[in-house]
Amino acid sequence: MLNLDAAFSALADPTRRAILARLALGETTINELAEPFDITQPAISRHIKVLETAGLISRRIDGTQRPCRLAPAGILEVDRWLGILREALGKNYDRLDHVLATMTPKRRKGKR
Amino acid sequence: MSKMTLNTEGDKHIVVTRRFAAPPEAVYRAHTEPELIKKWLLGPEGWTMPVCISEPRPGGKIRYEWANAKGGGFYLTGEYVELGPFGRIVHVERMHLPDATPDNHVETRFDPDGSGTLMTLRMTLPNAETRAAMLKTGMERGMEASYVRLEALI
Repeated sequence: MLNLDAAFSALADPTRRAILARLALGETTINELAEPFDITQPAISRHIKVLETAGLISRRIDGTQRPCRLAPAGILEVDRWLGILREALGKNYDRLDHVLATMTPKRRKGKR
Repeated sequence: MSKMTLNTEGDKHIVVTRRFAAPPEAVYRAHTEPELIKKWLLGPEGWTMPVCISEPRPGGKIRYEWANAKGGGFYLTGEYVELGPFGRIVHVERMHLPDATPDNHVETRFDPDGSGTLMTLRMTLPNAETRAAMLKTGMERGMEASYVRLEALI
């Protein structure tokens, strides 16, 4: 289940955003995830735990491995929130379009 | 609307871009003259701005008060920092809900784009946590608007 507070604080960290970007390419093990980062595997594991608790990723058991993948429901939920904000702001600017259309341009001096 | 983009940048910025079919002078005036601001800076449907103070000079005051028919309300205060007619506005703002949110430093640019204007609004929040909280507050307000619209439908 997604906790929006946890999701947004999870997203506030650049390493965790990079992990999500990597996972967008497909399911990955912790070892593979740790590779491009200059941090220890336990540190990566802690980031993974935060993302998992926030409902942004899920893990399954595969023998001794526990590969990670994006949790589509969680990602979708965050995206939905961003969409709502875009819509609210967008409304302002749609109204501004109308205001601008009714404004009379100031007279220019010179030229003709 | 697809004309607008809203993205986070780095840890503490939010960047919004939007194109307008009017020259920078008109868009700049619509962002600084109270009688114009009141017509569009209203957020979700059903809100009006009974108080609009905008003193577009360095150190000049900003105060916007919003109200709806149900007796709800909140306000924003701020100060202008720098003005470059008709291309650039730098100001600081905070929402009062009723507690004041951390200062949001905003730079708004209006660049000529053909016969229109490309607006680039760049917000800088104190830190990543504040930005996350602000996005969430904004979203909750947007959410409220969705419910209001839903009420109108049912």
